[in-house]
Amino acid sequence: MSCDRSDKPERGAELSRRDLLRSGAAVATLTLAPGVTLMAFGGSPADAAGRADAGKRWGLLIDVSRCDPDCDACVTACQVENGWKDEGNPETDAQWIRKVTLKNRDTGRKVSMPVMCQHCEKPPCVDVCPTGASFKRVDGIVLVDKHICIGCRYCMMACPFKARSFIHEKHVNQKSWAPRGKGTVESCTLCVHRVDTGRIPACVEACEATGNRAIIFGDLKDPNSEISKRVAEYSSIALRADLDLNPGVRYSNL
Amino acid sequence: MARILLILTLVFGMAGAGTAGEDGSGLWPDIPKATGEPHPEGNEWWRKNHPKLLLHDRDLTMRQGERQVQASLKSCFECHAVKDEAGNYATYENGQNFCRVCHDFVAVKVDCFMCHRSTPDGVDESALEAFTTPPAMPKGRGPDSIIAYLERLERVPLASADAGTEAGQ
Ligand code: HEC
Ligand code: HEC
Ligand code: HEC
Repeated sequence: MSCDRSDKPERGAELSRRDLLRSGAAVATLTLAPGVTLMAFGGSPADAAGRADAGKRWGLLIDVSRCDPDCDACVTACQVENGWKDEGNPETDAQWIRKVTLKNRDTGRKVSMPVMCQHCEKPPCVDVCPTGASFKRVDGIVLVDKHICIGCRYCMMACPFKARSFIHEKHVNQKSWAPRGKGTVESCTLCVHRVDTGRIPACVEACEATGNRAIIFGDLKDPNSEISKRVAEYSSIALRADLDLNPGVRYSNL
Repeated sequence: MARILLILTLVFGMAGAGTAGEDGSGLWPDIPKATGEPHPEGNEWWRKNHPKLLLHDRDLTMRQGERQVQASLKSCFECHAVKDEAGNYATYENGQNFCRVCHDFVAVKVDCFMCHRSTPDGVDESALEAFTTPPAMPKGRGPDSIIAYLERLERVPLASADAGTEAGQ
């Protein structure tokens, strides 16, 4: 994988896109207001502090050199948080995040790293979805709206990262914050239920707790955030940078 | 749809007058009591508007990340959790579940609980899903009522046309 190919052009695009999204957000608020009044929604703008913000773009920076090949704390944390697990059917079991080992054939260097939904700026899964169930929130988080997902699995074919899973079996005992059921597609939500309430994703929390601190979470649009400073200062790459998807998840020291 | 609404208006219009399920006629579903604060909009408003409200707020949460909403599906069971005679929480598979009692009565089916849990967080649903109790039906109106009716008919002598009509009522 070549380094930094997409870095410079991305930055330029980011600026104009930001302005565009800002104006888009203003329109959304306007059109939303009458509906809210109609439904007698009693919240004030202050109550709405947690809602998706077009001024942000949430992302992850994964420092591969800090990722321990024997550690899967992020995977376990994701399973516990979102209620998916190894059901003994490797072909069909859901995998929101997985540990991947890469070996450079020429040098023999071996690295281990977590791969999950890369939360692309231009997500192919959204492009191919026939119902609009695959969508990107204004803050860059790519989700499946399972309420309108028909389980066609086009998105699974389109995703270059194999990040999505289809639920083959009936489920009970879901977490109230992570409903999941047979016949729909799912993937990493960047723990949207946590982010909306001011908390960091479960994998990031778990990685920090191990002391490895291989995953950093933050707002890529805020130039003062730790993640923005690091991607500005050190080289990091997008997986499959050749596809020009500008993922929100980036890898350093790969 | 229009018919359901008509039935609803009839049924719940009267229920609003304070006779819900309590006059013994079996015309009303016996809606399980809730805990916590009642809805400021009132029961009648919620009976009518909860489907629309749930879908409206679902989209707010799903699409806009708005989580301070009026109707959050996961919140319903904080106050509307029902336990059956055995003391177990009633999941949506169980006819005694808060939503099921009404929905069975008006022949509404929702798929929400394929994905969403229908008991408070922390309750082990896997044990509860295995057994399902039919909703408590007033006597003579349960699933066995056809058999009971046919048995009643058989006891009526064939020759008597009058008695036949009577038994059929
Ligand atoms: C195929 C799975 C699936 C089905 C079926 C489903 N949901 Fe959801 N629902 C979800 C997911 C996933 C979320 C997102 C949860 C989150 O982000 O917290 C969600 C979120 C919600 C929310 C916002 C979160 C909350 O609990 O307040 C509401 C309201 C909701 N659904 C209502 C419904 C209703 C009503 C139905 C049935 C008509 C339904 N859902 C059926 C998967 C499903
Ligand atoms: C804070 C507690 C609380 C929450 C949360 C709550 N309810 Fe209620 N609800 C009540 C109470 C109390 C009543 C009054 C019922 C009674 O008299 O027992 C009620 C009544 C109702 C009724 C009318 C029942 C009747 O007897 O006609 C409906 C329908 C209803 N709720 C639906 C919902 C739904 C759907 C949700 C989730 C979106 C919900 N409620 C969440 C407390 C709550
Ligand atoms: C007081 C009785 C009552 C209770 C309690 C009740 N419902 Fe309903 N629900 C109805 C009726 C009646 C309809 C059909 C309304 C119509 O068709 O206009 C309905 C329809 C719905 C629908 C739309 C179904 C569709 O196919 O359009 C949803 C979703 C729903 N209810 C969710 C719930 C949930 C979740 C609960 C429990 C938290 C609940 N309801 C409790 C009476 C009730």
